[in-house]
Amino acid sequence: MTTTAKPPVRTTGPLKWLNDNVFRTWWDGIVTVVAGGLLLWLLGSFLSWVFTSAEWDIVRVNLVTFMVGRFPREELWRVGVALLILAFAGGLLLGMSLRLKPRVTALEALRTFAVRAWPVAILVVLLLILASSLSALVLVAGATLAFIIGRGGGYRLPQSRTRLGMVVGLLSPFAFVAVIAGFGGVGWNLWGGLLLTMLLAVGGIALSFPFGVMLALGRRSTLPAARWLSITYIEVIRGVPLITLLFMGFVMLTLFLPAGVSAPSLVIRGIVVLTIFTAAYVAEIVRGGLQSVPNGQVEAAHALGMSPIQTTFNIVLPQALTAVIPALVGQFISLFKDTSLVAIVGLLELLGVAQAITQQPAFAGQGLLLETLLFASLIFWVGSFTMSRESQRLEKRLGVGER
Amino acid sequence: MQTDERLPQLTAVEKPRWYRDVRVLRVIIQVVIVGGVVAIAAFFIGNMIANMQRLGISLGLDYLTQPAEFTIPGSDFERTGTRLEAVLVGVGNTFRIAIAGIFFATILGVLLGIARLSKNWLVSTGARLYVEFFRNIPVLVIIIFAYLVVFLEPRIFPRFENAREIGPFIIYVRGVFFPWYESQANFFPWVVIMLAGVVAGVFVSRWRERVSEKTGASALSLLWGLGTFLAFAVIGFFALGGPASLTIPGFEGQVVVGGIRVSPEYAALLISLVIYTASHIAEITRGSIQAVSKGQQEAATALALSSAQRIRYVILPQAFRVAIPPLANQYLNLTKNSSLAVAIAYYEVTKVTTDIIGNGGPAPQSFLVLMIIYLIISLIIAALSNVVNRRLALVER
Repeated sequence: MTTTAKPPVRTTGPLKWLNDNVFRTWWDGIVTVVAGGLLLWLLGSFLSWVFTSAEWDIVRVNLVTFMVGRFPREELWRVGVALLILAFAGGLLLGMSLRLKPRVTALEALRTFAVRAWPVAILVVLLLILASSLSALVLVAGATLAFIIGRGGGYRLPQSRTRLGMVVGLLSPFAFVAVIAGFGGVGWNLWGGLLLTMLLAVGGIALSFPFGVMLALGRRSTLPAARWLSITYIEVIRGVPLITLLFMGFVMLTLFLPAGVSAPSLVIRGIVVLTIFTAAYVAEIVRGGLQSVPNGQVEAAHALGMSPIQTTFNIVLPQALTAVIPALVGQFISLFKDTSLVAIVGLLELLGVAQAITQQPAFAGQGLLLETLLFASLIFWVGSFTMSRESQRLEKRLGVGER
Repeated sequence: MQTDERLPQLTAVEKPRWYRDVRVLRVIIQVVIVGGVVAIAAFFIGNMIANMQRLGISLGLDYLTQPAEFTIPGSDFERTGTRLEAVLVGVGNTFRIAIAGIFFATILGVLLGIARLSKNWLVSTGARLYVEFFRNIPVLVIIIFAYLVVFLEPRIFPRFENAREIGPFIIYVRGVFFPWYESQANFFPWVVIMLAGVVAGVFVSRWRERVSEKTGASALSLLWGLGTFLAFAVIGFFALGGPASLTIPGFEGQVVVGGIRVSPEYAALLISLVIYTASHIAEITRGSIQAVSKGQQEAATALALSSAQRIRYVILPQAFRVAIPPLANQYLNLTKNSSLAVAIAYYEVTKVTTDIIGNGGPAPQSFLVLMIIYLIISLIIAALSNVVNRRLALVER
């Protein structure tokens, strides 16, 4: 007797994929057609708007304003030099972090870059197209070159010089500010656009970090005074919206200073308020890290005869801070987005620029806010999307939550 | 007995010198901390009081009883109303936006989160695009976009002459008009009857569940509960002779009458907060569902539960438990983000406060009141989330 078997069901190929992922059941098929139609319609009308009816002249003309605001144009070379320094330092740190890995070919490195930083690459290309100027091209080429040189240098840096590399990397933001603002340069009251957004975000997170660590230690302290002061600060700040604090900083700061002392500039006030605000959130993040350090570590340190201060700084904090790096990156992303709030109190960062340039005589009353807002949100999106991807990657690499 | 010469001889425990004594050190450190904080606070508050006296600003809270000198659109508030009343109207508006926002953001967010887990590639990709796009741009950009670009766009919200009528809705530049109810005589007793209906519905559905547990008959508790409530509502409605009627917006000369108006500011703020917060809630939903261990699902399948039963009795209760704390956090964020209404002039409590200050109110007290209001709201949300959390907490044996 012979048995006949049915032919095997197709298990590979595009048809199989369609059957598994798009048309599993008849109900699924209907959903696919409706959702697909909706998506295609949205995408199609958006693209046709972008390429036909949108007027990108306002963005093209104001590209430099988006990047640096009212920054004096004859001093722009300083921003270029500062960017080269930053690109070099970034490459250096990246190269150092890759030292223990086998050497990769240029092609592989390029592929990694394409997978991890494609939004940045697309944004840069878009900026170059909009700028269509030689100086922009030279700047991007120079920054790329500085990044590659830094990466190579970092990769070849001997382990004994790690500290040097770290110092260079950590000092680079200061060098960035110094090159632009120092040496007879442009004070940050004239900074604007993306430059100001970055200054506020980086300044805010960097200044709030030591403050936040202190508050976190205070909140877990056995001293009732330190604990209650920390808890009060953290909970009050976290319970209040940022815009309220910003208004207070901008309306009331002069009241808090002695008569005769002139009030600091708007940018300084912005950084101070963002620092006060972020410190409370950093404190809660660090507290989570402190709680994740097993008590045995503290007991072991005490058994070795370490003082409480030595235990905290040499045993507990290093482990706690490593565990919370991804969460800190997350906080930085949210600060990066929150800097847009300073537009309400009159600072011209990205969102402020996007709103202000629609009032220019050449463009006023033409309803071009849609274009400028889209451009600004593209920059915000590229920044925070790329960073959140990197923080997820970091989380996996550090193995947080798997110990 | 031999003693080992290398070991130090035990002597009576010496009292440590006072500056090495932990108990003394603790007191000293705390005195220093408190002293430092008090000194800094005293410096700033001293400056503030001196400056306020110099500028002739009163220090008390009596400013709250003075007239506000501004009107609040969309409310009955008049220029002659006191500032306290203005603040209360603002708090009411904050609640109006927060409660509606939380409601709609939860629905949209949960749907998106489930869509992200769909086996249909197109659906999950669409949901992912939505989430990744809106999660990564500032909420303020969305608010300004919704208000200035969409709601002030004459092609979408035309002037009165070209007002659109879509079914029972009327849309023009002053906002969107919806059909709504209008209370007639006996409205309040009807509300009481409906509340009684809710209570009765809960009891009936509980009773059905008990019956189902005893007999194994399917419970249909939700259906029974809803039915009970509807029966109360419908019987009450006719018994009281129609305590509410429907009003549909219509044109009357140069105005729209009837229905309820949703102002462009409110709608823009609500829509943007919902869109933004939903993208975060979607991630929470996805994470919580994925956090339910696979073994639970397999066990449910092995017990021959249907896929609806599996979701209702096995996955959702466990996912919900994981989701509560981050969800409460998002609700709090939404409430705090509603303060961004200052950018589009919707009069919630922050906007009211800045207007009070703009009209000569004292800034320090006004901000103090504002901060206390937000802290109370935060405490309410935290307390609610704690109650829910405790009720759902895993009871460990």
